[in-house]
Amino acid sequence: MVDFRSRSDRIFDRINVALLVVVLVATLYPVYFVVIASVSSPTLVSAGHVYLWPDGFNVEGYSYILRDKRIMFGYRNSLIYAVGQTIISLVLTIPAAYALSRRDMRWRGLIMFYFVFTLYFTGGIIPFYVVVLKLGLKDSVWSLMLPNAVNVFNLIIARTFFQSNIPDELLESAQLDGCNNTRFFVSIVLPVGQAIIAIVVLFNVVQNWNAFFHALLFINDQAKYPLQLVLRRLLILNQLLSGGGEGLEALSPEEIQRRQLLADLLRYGTIVVAIAPLMILYPFIQRHFVKGIMVGSIKG
Amino acid sequence: MPRQTDDAGAVAGLHRPSAAEKIHETVRYLLRSWELYAFVLPAIIHVLLFRYLPIYGLRIAFTDGFSLRSGRSAPEWNEFAHFIRFFNSAYFIPVIRNTIVISLYSLATWPIPLALALMINEARSRFFKKSVQMVTYAPHFISTVVVVSIMYFFLSPRIGVVNSVIQLLGGEAIFFMASPSWGPSLFVLSELWQNAGFNAIIFLAALSAVDSSLREAAFCDGANKLQIIWHVEIPWIMPTIVILFIMRLGQLLTIGFEKVLLMQNDLNISTLEVVATYTYRSGILQSQYDYATAVGLLETVVNFAILVAANRLARRIGQTSLW
Repeated sequence: MVDFRSRSDRIFDRINVALLVVVLVATLYPVYFVVIASVSSPTLVSAGHVYLWPDGFNVEGYSYILRDKRIMFGYRNSLIYAVGQTIISLVLTIPAAYALSRRDMRWRGLIMFYFVFTLYFTGGIIPFYVVVLKLGLKDSVWSLMLPNAVNVFNLIIARTFFQSNIPDELLESAQLDGCNNTRFFVSIVLPVGQAIIAIVVLFNVVQNWNAFFHALLFINDQAKYPLQLVLRRLLILNQLLSGGGEGLEALSPEEIQRRQLLADLLRYGTIVVAIAPLMILYPFIQRHFVKGIMVGSIKG
Repeated sequence: MPRQTDDAGAVAGLHRPSAAEKIHETVRYLLRSWELYAFVLPAIIHVLLFRYLPIYGLRIAFTDGFSLRSGRSAPEWNEFAHFIRFFNSAYFIPVIRNTIVISLYSLATWPIPLALALMINEARSRFFKKSVQMVTYAPHFISTVVVVSIMYFFLSPRIGVVNSVIQLLGGEAIFFMASPSWGPSLFVLSELWQNAGFNAIIFLAALSAVDSSLREAAFCDGANKLQIIWHVEIPWIMPTIVILFIMRLGQLLTIGFEKVLLMQNDLNISTLEVVATYTYRSGILQSQYDYATAVGLLETVVNFAILVAANRLARRIGQTSLW
């Protein structure tokens, strides 16, 4: 192939690729480092010897983590909350989005405004907190599944999808055959809408899996902690080794250092365990996210 | 406005329908289409409970003596006492200053995803292009808790890679996560790390719609790549840029509150206490619900006003707007 690029364009391309490689490395490296540090000797890591590949390979950290009940319970709880919220969200969002996609629905502009307004004006944290408390959801697992079940952004995406994927003629001919709206929804709209349902499911699962603030607000009972709140305790509030804080004076400096290093190792491993499920699924689901954003950006 | 159904249109075409006819016609319509409203009703109720009830709850910002137990406060208006208390409190100046600094700092980095999209779009190898895209938006799926804990590690003065490099170059180790002067920068940079790739997606989509004959024509006229980007591509995707920018402005003061909260500690709080975290602290942790509601309301109102103003401006200069 003949290269038609001018000299300046060739330089441009080189600089561009170089910059993109820098971006690539800067994005990957922090996560890569945590992964290799989690399987290296903590002494070597803290001495700064580990930066490109694992050194002093060991999986001691993981054997601790996989035995840690808090992390496993957090995992289980987060899974339940994510699935629960997703089901509620689908039931609330998909039929509503379909109805609002129907051009023959009266007052639908008004109803859309009712939803979209909440994107731009909210009551804020405190009134929201008071409402959820007054609904009796304090310390209830429902406080992590109900309040965000209707996401207006998802509603808009699904509505746009139905608007452009279900032809009016299809509805008309079904109506001529005496098909009512509910039957049409169940036997035509849901099968056609599989793609958009998948997208709404993904958005919900990821958002719920990564959320921690509502749990911080509403959940006191540690047995109900979702994974992110467990992680906050373990990773940020520095409490990984139970009883690590008290009685430190009684220990020798070497013992303190040994514990410190073990704690580091456990934290690296905990991060890996926390991001593993999404990172494994990521290559398969990322296409759908892009698609979702595209559909949403057409009008929204 | 809702569109008229066909039979309603026919009636309107013949003569002006009387009120009785209109009601009759509406009833007939509802008998036929009630299911559609049944489909929306659960979502309407949900939004009423979890979005509009809190908006109604904003009224406690204007009264005294709110009690969580009864859910009531004194019936009379307190003449903006909570707002005045906030203006006069020692927190007012630092909290507002921190909020503005972090907001404007974040806003200044807004074009970076656009630049990233333009760069990715210029990459010639398809494989390389796809790889950069896929890698750069992966961090978006990592939770805030994990991102902040990675920051603690990476920037730690004891074991952090960044400080190892600084020391290797002969510098002093810096305890970044405890440093007030580094707080805002770390917040903004980590937001970029997490979201720049994801936010570039929408620009990339707009760029893929640029008419390639325009590019070729510019190329034949001797334009180089930078000129094509500047004179062809950017004008083409301008409507997208404007809309996204307006939406961003509407969120101007909405700082990634969860991340700030997680980054805060006793040492760096002087630059990281923003309106939202202050609302949380004074409201939830110190149970001053009415006062904190007033503080939070200020932020909402300012955000909303900026959004409306930006939208009006965009309509005037660019003929694009959000509504």
